[in-house]
Amino acid sequence: MKKILLVVAVAVLYVLHQDIWFWRSSYLVFGFIPIGLFYQGMFSVAAALLMWLLVTYAWPSHLEQEVEETKPREDSAR
Amino acid sequence: MIPAIVVFLYLAAVLYIGIFAFRRARGKEEAEDYFLASRSLGPFVFLFSLFGTNMTAFAILGSSGHAFNNGIVTFGLMASSSGLVIPLTIFLIGTRVWALGKKYGFMTPVQMFRDRWECTHIGTVIFVVQAVLLVPYIIIGIMGGGTTLYTISNGLVPFWFGGAIVAMVVMSYVFFGGMRGTAWVNTFQTVLFLCFGAIALIVIGVGMGGFRSAAQAIQASPMASLLTRERISPYYFFSYTFIPLSAIAFPHILIFCLTARKMAQFKKTVIFYPICILAIWLPCVFLGVMANRVTDIPEIRAKQEARRVLATQGKNMEPEQRDELREQSAGDDVIMLLLHRYAPLWLAGLLGAGIMAAVMASDSQILALSTMFTEDVFAFYGGKSRFGEAVQVQTGRVFIILITLFAYAVALRAPETIFELAIQYAFSGFAALSPLLVAALFWRGSTKWGALAVTLWTAFAVVAVAVLQSVVPAPAPGPATVLWAPGGVEVLSRTPGGTAVFGFMPVVPMVIVSVLLMIVVSMMTRKPADSTLAKYFGGRKP
Repeated sequence: MKKILLVVAVAVLYVLHQDIWFWRSSYLVFGFIPIGLFYQGMFSVAAALLMWLLVTYAWPSHLEQEVEETKPREDSAR
Repeated sequence: MIPAIVVFLYLAAVLYIGIFAFRRARGKEEAEDYFLASRSLGPFVFLFSLFGTNMTAFAILGSSGHAFNNGIVTFGLMASSSGLVIPLTIFLIGTRVWALGKKYGFMTPVQMFRDRWECTHIGTVIFVVQAVLLVPYIIIGIMGGGTTLYTISNGLVPFWFGGAIVAMVVMSYVFFGGMRGTAWVNTFQTVLFLCFGAIALIVIGVGMGGFRSAAQAIQASPMASLLTRERISPYYFFSYTFIPLSAIAFPHILIFCLTARKMAQFKKTVIFYPICILAIWLPCVFLGVMANRVTDIPEIRAKQEARRVLATQGKNMEPEQRDELREQSAGDDVIMLLLHRYAPLWLAGLLGAGIMAAVMASDSQILALSTMFTEDVFAFYGGKSRFGEAVQVQTGRVFIILITLFAYAVALRAPETIFELAIQYAFSGFAALSPLLVAALFWRGSTKWGALAVTLWTAFAVVAVAVLQSVVPAPAPGPATVLWAPGGVEVLSRTPGGTAVFGFMPVVPMVIVSVLLMIVVSMMTRKPADSTLAKYFGGRKP
């Protein structure tokens, strides 16, 4: 269930990147940042949060275990 | 001249770091140590050097130049979409490749493909296509170096000499330091250019008397569209989200994923990647747009005038005249011009060094090409067993010299702007190769013939786009030239900035066709042996 929610979150963020709703607006946030630029900046922050969720809840730890279980090549060569 | 001296001091520091790393590694002439730093990079170096490896001249010079002419759309086009797609691919693909490298000793993507699909010469074909696509990326670095030194020294250091200096410095520390030297230099550079954006923003903002008045003046002028995304179509914007797929398919990024000591080191990289992109790109794009408000820099006014003439009279001009105006209006040096005008001399030098840091990211590509050549060709075809590992490393070093000289020679002749050159060839091509990785790692049913079909298709598509764009001249700003419209449906068009297929950038059909070819051809051909599949997928059922 957790993984499905994360997949949905990735898909939603991808769709949110196509922010056609601010396409023609030249409104200035805080009087100097164009709204389209501000939105995409916040999008980057949201992407970092999503990555944190992925790392926290969907980290492929089985890969680390597989590497640990496989005898290191150097050892097997000795 | 002071800024140029500061930049030269910076270049000396970079050389020292590379040579210091060489001293650390001296005595060892093992391929894994030279090409992968013995898979021993710690978390700090891994994060900053992986990020730095992916940030080229394109991030600072190209982004501000593109924003100067196209507006804020530049950030959404490349930066924020990369902030989502690149860490995601590092999370999904990079970690898996790292684990396979640790388990089976792979040093290049082609080694993995050869093992995964039980192929030999098909691997060589993949190597050739990857190598050919990687060279433009190296050229960007040299061109950026030449442009930066030329601008910083106020024309005292000519383009050809600046490019030569950058090529020489990069070649030297890659030659001596290998992956360890490259990683440490990249870390140093990344810290520098992460500081660059914020400092440049503050200094130029103060110099311009604050951004509020500049932004509001642009908003009230005919240039208001630069604060929106009107100059780019939503189809084009959507297309760009396919470009960051190229990052993980770039051999230097994938090879870099093999250098981490532990998989946990990917965590910080994945989380902080979007923030690092934000920190560099947002100031550069913003400054690129704001440069349009600057009236007391003659070079910027000349660019605006060229842009105006192109937009108003371009339709009636010869293609050569339009190309000339395009070159005149290109904004790759606007950020340097702003620094020159508003930063104190010593600070302009430091900030110039920050730009050089981004520009010199071609080190990893040079090293990757050398690694690929020595592992995928020299070692694979018997060189390593015949001459030994020390000769293999020396071969890699000779290759580094040759490829740098070649890239420098091309950089002196290439007429395209930094941005266009990178996007049109390298990025789209590697994005179209990304299905190879997905298929190799996640689909048991994929075969070497599917891989070959994807690789040949990518080569064909890149060449086709390049030929089309050289045969059909770019139209003036405005509507595209429709080349093929069966039944009134616009299939193929030549746009002012490139080519459009159904209104999308070529990268979209290139990736989609790659995926389809991998699926269809793999389904029609024989799978690798069960023992090979077990190595990659364990006992899982198809």
